[in-house]
Amino acid sequence: MQKKMAYSFPDEVLEHVFSFIQSDKDRNAVSMVCKSWYEIERWCRRKIFIGNCYAVSPRIMIRRFPEIRSVELKGKPHFADFNLVPEGWGGYILPWIVEMAGAYPWLEEIRLKRMVVTDESLELIAKSFKNFKVLVLSFCEGFSTDGLAAIAASCKNLKELDLRESEVDDLSGHWLSHFPETYTSLVSLNISCLGSDEVSFSALERLVGRCPNLRTLQLNRAVPLDKIATILRRAPQLVEFGTGTYAAELRPDVFSNLAGAFSSCKELRSLSGFWDVVPAYLPAIYSVCSRISSLNLSYATIQSHDLIKLVCHCPSLQRLLVLDYIEDSGLEALASSCKDLQELRVFPSDPFGAEPNVSLTEQGLVAVSLGCPKLQSVLYFCHQMTNSALVNIAQNRPNLTRFRLCIIAPRKPDYVTLEPLDVGFGAIVQHCKDLRRLSLSGLLTDRVFEYIGTYAKKLEMLSVAFAGDSDLGLHHVLSGCESLRKLEIRDCSFGDKALLANAAKLETMRSLWMSSCSVSFGACKLLGQKMPRLNVEVIDERGPPDSRPESCPVEKLYIYRSVAGPRFDMPPFVWTMDDEDSALRLS
Amino acid sequence: MGVGLKLGKGGGDVGGEKAKMGFEETELRLGLPGNIRAGEGEVARKRGFSETVDLKLNLSSKESSGVDPNEKEKNLLPCATDPAKPPAKAQVVGWPPVRSFRKNMFATQKSSSEESEKGGAGNAAFVKVSMDGAPYLRKVDLRMYKTYLELSDALAKMFSSFTIGNCGSQGVKDFMNESKLMDLLNGSDYVPTYEDKDGDWMLVGDVPWDMFVESCKRLRIMKGTEAIGLAPRAMEKCKNRS
Repeated sequence: MQKKMAYSFPDEVLEHVFSFIQSDKDRNAVSMVCKSWYEIERWCRRKIFIGNCYAVSPRIMIRRFPEIRSVELKGKPHFADFNLVPEGWGGYILPWIVEMAGAYPWLEEIRLKRMVVTDESLELIAKSFKNFKVLVLSFCEGFSTDGLAAIAASCKNLKELDLRESEVDDLSGHWLSHFPETYTSLVSLNISCLGSDEVSFSALERLVGRCPNLRTLQLNRAVPLDKIATILRRAPQLVEFGTGTYAAELRPDVFSNLAGAFSSCKELRSLSGFWDVVPAYLPAIYSVCSRISSLNLSYATIQSHDLIKLVCHCPSLQRLLVLDYIEDSGLEALASSCKDLQELRVFPSDPFGAEPNVSLTEQGLVAVSLGCPKLQSVLYFCHQMTNSALVNIAQNRPNLTRFRLCIIAPRKPDYVTLEPLDVGFGAIVQHCKDLRRLSLSGLLTDRVFEYIGTYAKKLEMLSVAFAGDSDLGLHHVLSGCESLRKLEIRDCSFGDKALLANAAKLETMRSLWMSSCSVSFGACKLLGQKMPRLNVEVIDERGPPDSRPESCPVEKLYIYRSVAGPRFDMPPFVWTMDDEDSALRLS
Repeated sequence: MGVGLKLGKGGGDVGGEKAKMGFEETELRLGLPGNIRAGEGEVARKRGFSETVDLKLNLSSKESSGVDPNEKEKNLLPCATDPAKPPAKAQVVGWPPVRSFRKNMFATQKSSSEESEKGGAGNAAFVKVSMDGAPYLRKVDLRMYKTYLELSDALAKMFSSFTIGNCGSQGVKDFMNESKLMDLLNGSDYVPTYEDKDGDWMLVGDVPWDMFVESCKRLRIMKGTEAIGLAPRAMEKCKNRS
């Protein structure tokens, strides 16, 4: 009798239950329970995240999930951010849009990261999806304001347009005017990446004025300070606001207008922008500072004393992005004022300078780790570090989940003891048991990888540069880090052996990037032949790899698991190592 | 303060010397799916750093327009010979890992901000580089170089299967010498040209380096013969500037 109930449970009920399950991981787990759950789940999945656009093809996605409303895709490898991936590598969104235009007429959301988006793609989106609501383009490139104009003109239900640090060809500031006068549904607009060309300010003003649900507005640098008050008075309900250039001649009327406008924004929780800051205008935001939880000052070239004054007004701060102008003294002030701080990112003001230009050392980070009990996520650029500081940080903050340290000079040892920083990073992985992301720097031997392999069991992403001595290092990581999904390595003397010995591991990961290492062409071929479910791509701008001996190391290597087989959109400097030798494309 | 990290792995002594690699010294064993532990109990050998392949950086493509078969054994990757000696900061691509978006935005800001202490060295100036006949673009940060020679070397490395006309050890001076210029443009070598702030295409090397970095928007490496049309303009602009 009991058994019968289980079988007669109607699909609609299960579907309803599944609708409460939002996380991808849980959805994936649900779909593996049994065939009928797989079927039910695939019909009711609305949201999909694809971390590597080449891991699966649009057709496969559409075949399995016919009713998707929201798609998130990532393209180029992370190191593309630092110019290590040549132009033309790939990551084109157009083929996806073309397929989805046919299969998902009700698609509402597209979120892309590091992909090449053309105006043609944007025009196709504008034309194909009648209920399109959300477009987020992070670190994308390939499109111009013409494409944006198409989106603005056609997407009547658009809620979110976020161009997070994308590279946009700024052809005309008038694309904003393509939002019809009847359009009022904007909730979030981030155009901070647009160049210094003017965005039509009157069009912006009118747009802001007629969209009562606007919560997020991030302006570009071209918007002058004296326009901020006008904007804010039209949108006092804003929760996130990004200024344009925050500089003007100091005038009391402008100041008081600005301060008044800010003070009327009772919902404001996040501030950013602040290009070209004139410190005298900073007090205009003091009235909202007590409620501010996120502050992005990473473009603000103001000195430590001004930064200290500002952060002392922000006791609710949870997230701070700032330049190293804040210095150790500023970080100490931060540590005493901002007890709710969860995320800190300190960027270098002078990354190529021969000598440090500011007094920011390991002490600042130690102070924050000591004073901020909720600190979880750190990105820190500095010029010097010690093992003892790292051990301190690890012991103070075992709750760290993301720790990215960049000591600017490659291979720099502990500046006091002159030893490698193995022990320091070892302490980080030993104490921070939930660490998910780690970036290493400084002088490091194979030892640090031994620690990482032993302790970093929850580590999902590891970035390595100028480190290690031998294949042993790579072997420790590949054999020990059970949760590893992404591994990116540059300028390390890791070669064939560890890679081949841990080939199976690569199928459990999203991707592996290795550049300026010692992996031979022969090993790449072997890997490609033996592992059909991996795409082994050699990137080499010197010409076809088979024009050199097999023992010759490849310039760059990108390996990722895929159910879609080798890709067909590779540029001439990328070769895929296939099952059959004959498939090896010659230039 | 003692910093004692123990790496107890269930009974094994995990000092560096005895760490196990789990594969034969002489045989590459593939760690295929299903093979969770690639063997235990093998004689482990920690590969010393000196045993890794000694890689040599092929610095000049100008000498080798055709690849010498004997040269094929030499690898073209940076050789990290001595862990204590970091490569010169200015020469390392993509390091430190700061996004070009941030670098460029910051560069423009710093030069216009009243608070900037020094111009020049710290900022970034990314420009796209295309080469006629090459199927791909690159981006270079002009602030990584101090002279035309450095830029020329870097471009040669990037597009190493082509030869690029020598900018000349004297840098700018070659372009001031009309006859030398004509020689260069009549050859089959490639010359670098650039688009300046006014939208004009100029020969690289016609102005002092710093001025070039400020005004260069885009680089294009074209065949000398094609660049002939730019010469008169280059001369004129030179005269106007001096």
